[in-house]
Amino acid sequence: MKIGVCIKQVPAKDAPLAILDGSAWIRESDIGFETNEPDSFALEEALRLKEKHGGEVVAISMGPERAKQTIKEALAKGAERGIHISDPEFFKLDPLTSARSFAAAIQSENFDLILTGLQSDDQGFGQTGVLLAELLGRPHATIIMAIEVIGSALKLKRELEAGWFQWVEVPLPAVLTIQSGINKPRYATLKGIMAAKKKDIATIERASLGVPDRRTQQVQRIYVPQKSKKTEFITGSPKEAAAKLIEKLRHEARVL
Amino acid sequence: MKILLITEQRTGQWNKISFETLVAAQQIAQQTKSTVAGAVIGKGVSTLADELSAYQLDEVLLIEHDLLGQYTPDGFSIALRQVIENAKPDLALLPHTYQVRDFAPKLAASLAKGMIGDCIGYRHENAKLVFVRQMFQGRTAADIVFAGEPPWITSFQAGAFRADLVAKHASGKAPVKTVSIDLKPEQIRTKPLQLFREAKQAVDLTQAPVLVSVGRGIKAPENIPMAEKLAKLMGGEVSASRPICDEGWLPMERQIGSSGQTVMPKLYLALGISGAIQHVVGMKGARTIAAINKDQSAPIFEIADYGIVGDLFEIVPAMIEELEKSKAG
Repeated sequence: MKIGVCIKQVPAKDAPLAILDGSAWIRESDIGFETNEPDSFALEEALRLKEKHGGEVVAISMGPERAKQTIKEALAKGAERGIHISDPEFFKLDPLTSARSFAAAIQSENFDLILTGLQSDDQGFGQTGVLLAELLGRPHATIIMAIEVIGSALKLKRELEAGWFQWVEVPLPAVLTIQSGINKPRYATLKGIMAAKKKDIATIERASLGVPDRRTQQVQRIYVPQKSKKTEFITGSPKEAAAKLIEKLRHEARVL
Repeated sequence: MKILLITEQRTGQWNKISFETLVAAQQIAQQTKSTVAGAVIGKGVSTLADELSAYQLDEVLLIEHDLLGQYTPDGFSIALRQVIENAKPDLALLPHTYQVRDFAPKLAASLAKGMIGDCIGYRHENAKLVFVRQMFQGRTAADIVFAGEPPWITSFQAGAFRADLVAKHASGKAPVKTVSIDLKPEQIRTKPLQLFREAKQAVDLTQAPVLVSVGRGIKAPENIPMAEKLAKLMGGEVSASRPICDEGWLPMERQIGSSGQTVMPKLYLALGISGAIQHVVGMKGARTIAAINKDQSAPIFEIADYGIVGDLFEIVPAMIEELEKSKAG
């Protein structure tokens, strides 16, 4: 099976975010980046499918130069090769333009299966997988918790809301978005890291793909949200704060 | 402007968020002097269309087809594309459910349009609608506007609007119009199989008066018993955010949030939970929310009544000691 995995590089979880004044993005200079966590579950699932059924895993990431690091990590974990769709101002794209760019860049690969995470931990539009399926004319299924290959089709466990699940059958080729927690993503081994150095990353300039710049939406600005509730912050040493909190919960909120 | 509200039902039961989105549609309509059509889609759902017609709407569209009895992304997006092409709304509003996440971007792309999903509100400014959604896991908000020609497609997160503010129809009932859809079996590529729940649950978190809930800040499974001890002393249960259950540190049935349980305890104590929206939708109805987190800018503090910025590994043992002391005394 030839599997493509779309993975994104996002600010590290504990990175302090400083919003660039009057912009829709953050200051990148002082923070670390990492592979979007939901996408690491998709990568792991792709590697397991390959190990079980044979084939190839191609890691695809769009973003500035730094996004290559995310592809390298995927190669170190076992992906065969990478595709970097390069765009220094990737964050400015709307979901449709971004998916159109992915589609244009990977159309000729004719993947049997394309996997991606449910959403990104930065902009979190949560649309790329579904849009990619529509643009490539493939069926899709989202929020997947288990994959079984049955001939030329997949039997999939979809997560619904409030503890419900559903099995669905989808013919290949298809696009899936993977729910976090479906597996335990592996760590790269030293051997894997060494092997990755010899693996190929093809770079495609996004501007060369001929995707028209027809934005459907525009992020005007991002900002720290206003509080909807007034939080009473309790200060003091841990011991004092603990005692004060219990006192408040007992006698002010009266919930203990 | 013309607004189309697309409601959600499964096996003839409303997804109740539909009524929150109805409130959004009614409010936007009032501010922008628009008409609102409410759509019900499925098979054998005319009773729901009739129920919907009792609310303040200009008309109700009943979209029924044998192939819409079970949800499929192909069936729903092909049908709704025909509805949108015929009714020509400027704005289509949907509740942000797992089902909508599954088909609405596809529907928008099939019309060569964009979707602003997962919104928590909107503003009407300078004759333009500005939609607000979260980014960076709730650490920032974003103002987003549509570019280009309508139709525009938007979904609203659960809890963004209050369903109890819904306006009834002023003069009886809105007319129900049946919309016929051209849909063939071969256009539907996915085959929905059985719906099910996982094994019977051992604990009912919705009945617990107090929940002590742990997030990533708990760091390791060895630290869970500390939270369990605190929960026990407070007369409650321990619960968790998604990553903790994904790791297997607590069973899935103890997960709070959009993919887990929705709870309204008297007290919700969040330990090391940042407060991403997927978690918050499951617990914001708690009467009192207290949060302990080392990061002062964690979004959980936006909804907390009481907050302690500090190390939960110092504060929780001190709370346990305090509660044990008063029990002994």
